[in-house]
Amino acid sequence: MGDVEVDRNRSLELVISSVVAQNEQGNNEERLMSVETVMAKMPIYLDNHATTPMDPRVFEAMTPYFLGSFGNAASRNHAFGWVAEKAVETAREQIAALIGANSKEIVFTSGATESDNIAIKGVIEMYAEKGNHIITAKTEHKAVLDTCKYLERLGKAEVTYLDPDTDGRISVESIQAAITDKTVLIAVMAANNEIGTIAPLKEIGALAKEKGIFFFTDAAQAVGRIPLDVNELGIDIMAISGHKIYGPKGIGALYVRRRRPRVRLTPVIHGGGHERGMRSGTLPVPLCVGLGKACEIAGAEMEEENKRIIALREKLHQGILEKLDYVSLNGHPEHRLPNNLNISFAYVEGEGLMMAMKDLAVSSGSACTSASLEPSYVLKALGVGDELAHSSIRYGLGRFTTEEEIDFAITQSVEAVSKLREMSPLYEMAQEGIDLATVQWQVPHE
Amino acid sequence: MAYSDKVLDHFNNPRNVGSLSKADPEVGTGVVGAPECGDVMKLQLKVRGDIIEDAKFKTFGCGSAIASSSLATEWVKGKTIEEALQIKNTQIVEELALPPVKVHCSVLAEDAIKAAIADYKSKSAAVVTEEVKAD
Ligand SMILES: Cc1ncc(COP(=O)(O)O)c(C=O)c1O
Repeated sequence: MGDVEVDRNRSLELVISSVVAQNEQGNNEERLMSVETVMAKMPIYLDNHATTPMDPRVFEAMTPYFLGSFGNAASRNHAFGWVAEKAVETAREQIAALIGANSKEIVFTSGATESDNIAIKGVIEMYAEKGNHIITAKTEHKAVLDTCKYLERLGKAEVTYLDPDTDGRISVESIQAAITDKTVLIAVMAANNEIGTIAPLKEIGALAKEKGIFFFTDAAQAVGRIPLDVNELGIDIMAISGHKIYGPKGIGALYVRRRRPRVRLTPVIHGGGHERGMRSGTLPVPLCVGLGKACEIAGAEMEEENKRIIALREKLHQGILEKLDYVSLNGHPEHRLPNNLNISFAYVEGEGLMMAMKDLAVSSGSACTSASLEPSYVLKALGVGDELAHSSIRYGLGRFTTEEEIDFAITQSVEAVSKLREMSPLYEMAQEGIDLATVQWQVPHE
Repeated sequence: MAYSDKVLDHFNNPRNVGSLSKADPEVGTGVVGAPECGDVMKLQLKVRGDIIEDAKFKTFGCGSAIASSSLATEWVKGKTIEEALQIKNTQIVEELALPPVKVHCSVLAEDAIKAAIADYKSKSAAVVTEEVKAD
């Protein structure tokens, strides 16, 4: 079996290098065929929270802007510039249309990380005279948390990190209780990247409006996956990422409200004054076009797509529950992204489990998968014990997930968990009726 | 993370998975690690005279932890207790080509061997005292 694994890796290397070679020859049809061959050798992709494959329609829309239409969207004096500008403005409209905004409220960035940085630093710097207090949550993405910590370290901000409930939701009451006369920003993500829990956006938006505080939401996981209307939800600033919605990597956007209230942001990147001064730098036209197209497709297909994805997600969940005991769901049962299933398989460890599920590309909250050797801080914040956090697996379905893949994922997950439980001393103890909480564990000598 | 071929081999074909009877006076059991740390190893040795005749393990942990304990059972079998006590975690690291973040798995395997032997020794000491008392 070890040899099989090595063979598999080797054949993968061969296929990849042949694709690279054919790319260099530039034959489009052969290239696309080879991409399929690669995919046939790769595990089943169920990690769509990490990133999504680009939709071929997005790729197609982008291609003209790499070669012939290469102009700088800021060149006002010739046709190259006009063509590029038109493409960028169309993309801006497509993004705005998906979230109920005006295209003038869309700022292109390099991704949600940068958008998070501009939003938080931008508000704190611009409104320093008004206040310096941020209310956010322990379950936020690192792009938000680390930005907040940075501002705290500089003495520019004071930050309240709220605890979620056991399903990962931040309550409006807890936000309300944290508000002070110095609060200038509420930063609560639209949907969590690990557990898929969706925040009570409308209630938070209403509270923010009532108190005259800006509401920023990191919607990297939510845009294009659930309907979001910035006016209906009272969102003032919103971070968007291209590669989470079948668009290209390296592009994102920031929605910045222009009216009622108008939000002004101090830029993080200074320069030629692009994007109304909020984000200087020559726009990557093909990437902008790709993000626009991805938003357009998402808007047109979301409803149908979600029905299909929810059915697959439920099939996966039920299929696992039917065959295995000691399985628990992490996150909210209803207020949840359609494509997210995060479950803990008690008595088996996540990294070992991913190794046993070798034909599935998934992710785990186990410590072994992170550099810090700490299990997922998100699961910890929910009060999921460390032991179950180590046992968690995140399945992230997507537009291209098929029913056959889900059937296979059920079979392989069940086999892998069963195999590792046979090997697990904890499972054996549980079967013997020993309460693991009462055991005196011996930690290693180092 | 890319695993070494040896880790993959032990993970996919673990040697000596299972349990021995804890009641057997010739069996020493070592359980080390903690669930909240993500690793628990149970190693059992069956000792006849001074020789480790059999070894079994069960491990909750990542691939490297499972491979380390599988290798440990393979190595202790047929050794004397004294020889088994000489096994060092660094040898396991070397054999399995464990990266630095996985060194703790080898430490746990070494601890498991020591804990199992200590358990065996305390059991046989108890047997001896009982025998003395019976006289
Ligand atoms: C919630 C959330 N915010 C921010 C990011 C970062 O996005 P990007 O990769 O576009 O910088 C991610 C993706 O990892 C995310 O899931």
